[in-house]
Parts: sequence; structure tokens; C-alpha cells
Amino acid sequence: MRARALPLLLSSALLITLSACSGGGASDGQGTLTLLHVSNDPTRELYAEINPTFASAWARDHGGQRVEIRMSHGGSGRQARAVIDGLDADVVSLALPFDVDAIAREGQHLLDPQWAARLPDHSSPFYSTIVFVVRRGNPRGIRDWNDLVRGETQVIAPSPKTSGGARYVYLGAYGYALRHGYDGRTGDEAGTEMVRALYQRVPVLDSGARGSSTTFARNGIGDVLLTWENEAHLLLAESPDAGLEIVIPSESILAEPPAAWIDRNVERHHTREVAEAYLRHLWSTEAQEIAARQHYRPRDADVAARYAQSFPTMTLFTVEEVFGGWERAHATHFAEGALFDRIYQPGQGGT
Amino acid sequence: MTTTPVAAEAEATPTVAPRAARPPRSIPGFAPSLAITGTVLVVLVLVPLGALVLAVARAPWDTIVRALTDARTLAAVGLSVGASAVAALVAAPLGVAIAWTLARYDLPGRRLLDAIVDVPFALPTAVSGIALTALCAPSGWIGALFAPLGIELAFNRVGIAIALLFTGLPFVVRTVQPVIEDLPAEIEEAASSLGASRAQTFLRVILPSLMPSIVAGTTLAFARALGEYGSVVFIAGNMPMRTEIAPLRILSHLESYDYASAAVVALAMLVASAGLLFAVNAAQRRLVDRGAQGA
Repeated sequence: MRARALPLLLSSALLITLSACSGGGASDGQGTLTLLHVSNDPTRELYAEINPTFASAWARDHGGQRVEIRMSHGGSGRQARAVIDGLDADVVSLALPFDVDAIAREGQHLLDPQWAARLPDHSSPFYSTIVFVVRRGNPRGIRDWNDLVRGETQVIAPSPKTSGGARYVYLGAYGYALRHGYDGRTGDEAGTEMVRALYQRVPVLDSGARGSSTTFARNGIGDVLLTWENEAHLLLAESPDAGLEIVIPSESILAEPPAAWIDRNVERHHTREVAEAYLRHLWSTEAQEIAARQHYRPRDADVAARYAQSFPTMTLFTVEEVFGGWERAHATHFAEGALFDRIYQPGQGGT
Repeated sequence: MTTTPVAAEAEATPTVAPRAARPPRSIPGFAPSLAITGTVLVVLVLVPLGALVLAVARAPWDTIVRALTDARTLAAVGLSVGASAVAALVAAPLGVAIAWTLARYDLPGRRLLDAIVDVPFALPTAVSGIALTALCAPSGWIGALFAPLGIELAFNRVGIAIALLFTGLPFVVRTVQPVIEDLPAEIEEAASSLGASRAQTFLRVILPSLMPSIVAGTTLAFARALGEYGSVVFIAGNMPMRTEIAPLRILSHLESYDYASAAVVALAMLVASAGLLFAVNAAQRRLVDRGAQGA
């Protein structure tokens, strides 16, 4: 009898564990609210600091009710896919609006397609941009985008096919050439030649921004790294011995990582109110200060003024005004067989 | 692509122990064992593979054709197959040498060495990938020794082969080692008493009986290398048409939400490697049969 009971016990234990794990956000017996926040990789440190401030603000306004925010981090596209495939996220924050749009498009009624209009600033609580990291003393004299494609300069950037941040890098270079011309050309011809020249100088095309940081700082490959502004500061702080400097180009692309609550999941978990409050909290002075300290540019004017010296002024152009939105940018540049792929096709000077 | 090693193991198991007549059932438990085997194989292997086939079957024809004829994909698949073959063929003699040492010599620290062999199995592949890259980059310990000679070990095809060799080696060692341990010493004694030199003994007596396990181990190493992502992606350089591996192509399709193309490439890789495994298996069975006849 005992021998037969054991497998039964084991399997029921397994079932209980599984059902306990699969519960997304909900309130348990003690009235604790749980939110699952699915985010991209570089925001680990940011939300680790912001989440406790929201929990105490919520407790203050709701008679001491506890909120627990569980985080999941990963590559932006992969995280979006996980949510589409059923990861029970109450809230997402990803690298690009394109990835949140994918949840609205591919997930069955998961998310209102007009999600970006539900919160201020296109639902993007902080913004950032693409800057350059060079070796100490800037031996190649790199000041702006056109310096990247001069002489023997080697450029390190991740692949726009696998990295969200890399798409901002690519569009930054293309947009700069579009606005200033390149090599005596103008318009899309200038943009195309610029990105072709740029990616011909990339010896290692990592699959994500962290990989590129490692290639550049630790493995010592390349003359200049193109990356997020906050990632650049983090890299300098993490590798003080690598001898690195940040170069701010005259202009760059406006990167607006968005956040949204996932309608179908918050309905099911009855967490819409707390999810929305959590996202609105990201615009609070407290959260904006934390973001600014971690080198994300704040939206709040007062906070921005206080941290003005950490964010050099530069012209930022948007994906909407230069590329007509993410859907079009993706179709023209990053989709299968689009411009980025053609850079590497044989017979086009790509190899 | 993690399905490939599973399929490989399932395929290779019967070949390691040549089929014998079924012994009488002296131990009870056949029915539950069969039920567990059937359920686990269906749920963990066949259902995911079926989903993959279904995803491809649902894809429009032009997507399938485009995904399969794309020059970058072809280059990536060619590189994956080629580099995996090179890594497996290098792993074969090295693995046999390691297995021989571990099985035959009572070295001090042998158990430690024995454990070290399994490290590539246990290590998360991304960790080994980053460690290998740091070592082999021109600024790394090993890379710095080769850089003055104009040889680069990372961010090219050499780097890819090194990473695949690292993950493939234990498959050869772990398949060959038990066979060496079971090799009766009498055979060698008989060979030498009949006047065979040590080289002759090894080439004509020992090697043929090791051959099936060497082939099995090498095939496993090859199959694992085909789908290997984490350890390779850091050292490869990932340059389209040159150092881009097939799993990365699949991943880049997925990142564009192009599930159909990703499934097509994945299934093509699976069919190719399964076909190859079957072929190797058939050849190996013939080898075993011939060995049995010769004995």
C-alpha cells in the first residue's frame, strides 16, 4: 500500500507546486497584491530600486496593503514572445514600442492596440539615446557619426536582427546620414551607404548590447562601441580599469522604451488598478530621480533640471519623424531580406 | 534545437550494447516501464516535434521556399554542419586518448580528471562561451600567444570549432571509456603472445572493438554541435555569410516574430541531422555485425 501511495503523493505534490507557480498576479489570503513585471535585460538595477518605492507609496495610500512586484528580465523580443505565448505578465516594459506592438498584434486580445496613448509621453516614462564609448584619449578622434566611417576605425555594435537596442544604433546612423548627407549623397542613398560603411567596420556582431560591451571592454576588440547612454555609463562604472571614455555625438536618435499593462491578464487577476498605479508611479519625482541617477533621461522637468549636467544637450530625432514609425522601419530595414540583410548579400560589397 | 541531442541519444543507445536475444523476464515491471517510456517519449519528444512540423505545415509555400533558399541561411547551415563535423572529427582522437588514459592508467588525481571531463556537460553553455571567448580573444591568455603569429582564435571559424570541440569532447570520452574498461585484457595478451607488436595490437585488435563506440560518441558530439547556441554565439563573431551559425539564424527569425521561417529552418536542420544519425547508425550496425562475424 505504501509503495503505491508514494507516486500518488509525489504527483499531487508536483501538481500543487505547478499550480502555485503558474498563478500570475493576484491577491492571496493576507491581502498581498502580486504583480508580474516582464522587462528587458538592462532594467534590472533600475526596477530593483524603483519597486520598493512604489510598494511603500501604495501601502501609504491603501491602508498598509502590501504589493509584491516580481520581475522577469530577458532580451526584449524574447520577453514579448513569452508574453504572447502565455507568460502571465501584468505589466511589461520593453526596449522598443515595436515589441509591445507585437504583443497587441500577435496576442489574442491581450493588449489594447492603442496602449501607447494610455499614459503620458507615449507610455515611455524615461528616454535615452545612443552614444559612443571610445578608448582613453580618443585616439581615433571620434566626435560624431561621420567619424565612425573614417580610416581604419573598427566599430562594435550588436546585430539589429537579434537586439532591440541595436535597432536604435542602426537607425541613429541612418537617420544622421539622412539629415546631413553622407559621402556627397543625400536622402535614402546617403542612409544606405552610411549603414553599409558602418557595418563593414563591425568585426563582431554580438546578439545583444551586453555582449557588445564585453567584446569591447573586456576582450579589447574595436575602437568605438555604440550603445545606450545608460549602458555606456554602467560600463564605465563597472570597468574602471578598462580606460574608457564616453563621446556624445552632436545628435542621435530618441530611444523611448515603453511600458504597458496587459489588459487580459490584469482583468483575470483583478490587478488593473494596482498595475496602472504602478506604471503611473514611474512618472513620480521619486522614480524619475532614481532613473536619472541610473542615467535614463527623466521626463519630469524639475528632475531633468537637477540632473542637467549628467545629460549633455543633443538633438534627438524620433523614429516617427524620420522613419514613419516602427512598423515601417522594421519592414524597410530589419525584416527578412530588408536593407540590413542586403548589406551582407554577396556581390553587394558586404563581405 | 535541443531536440537533436535527445534524438541522438535515443538513437545511439541500442548501438552501444549490440542487440541480444531477449532474456527471459525474471524481473517484473515490464508494463509500467513500457508505459513510462511511451508517455515520456510522446510528451517530451514527439509532441514538441509534432508542433514544429505543424508550424511548418501551416506556413505558406513561398515562406518555406524563401526561408530554405535564402543565401544567408544556406551559408549559416553550411557553416554549422562543417564546423560541427570538424569539431567532432577532432574530438574523436582526443576523446579516445582521454578515455584510454582514464580507463587504463592509475594516475594520481584520476578521479578529479574523470570529473573534469563532465564539466562541459554541467556548465551553462553561455558561461563556457564567455570564458572561452575571453581566453581566445587577441587580448586573452591563449589568444595573446597566437596573435603575434597572425593566428586569430576568436571571432572566426576557428573560434566556432574550438567552442564546439569543448562541448563535444565529453560525448566521445563518456561513450568510449566504459568500452575500454570492459575490454578483456586476455585479448591483448593473446595478441602479444602470438607475436603482435603493440602498434599491431592496438590497430588490429583494440581499435576495431572500440570502433562502434567511437562512431557513436563522435556522432553524438556532431549532433550536439549542430544545435549548439550559447557557447558559440560569443566566440563566433556572428558575421552574416561568414561566421553566422544556423541556430542564430533561427533566433533572428524569432526576434522578428517570424515563427514560420524559424520553424522551417529548425525542421530542415532536424531532418538533416536525423538523416545523418540514421545513416551513421546503419553503417555502425554493419560494422558491429561484421565484427561479430569476424570474431
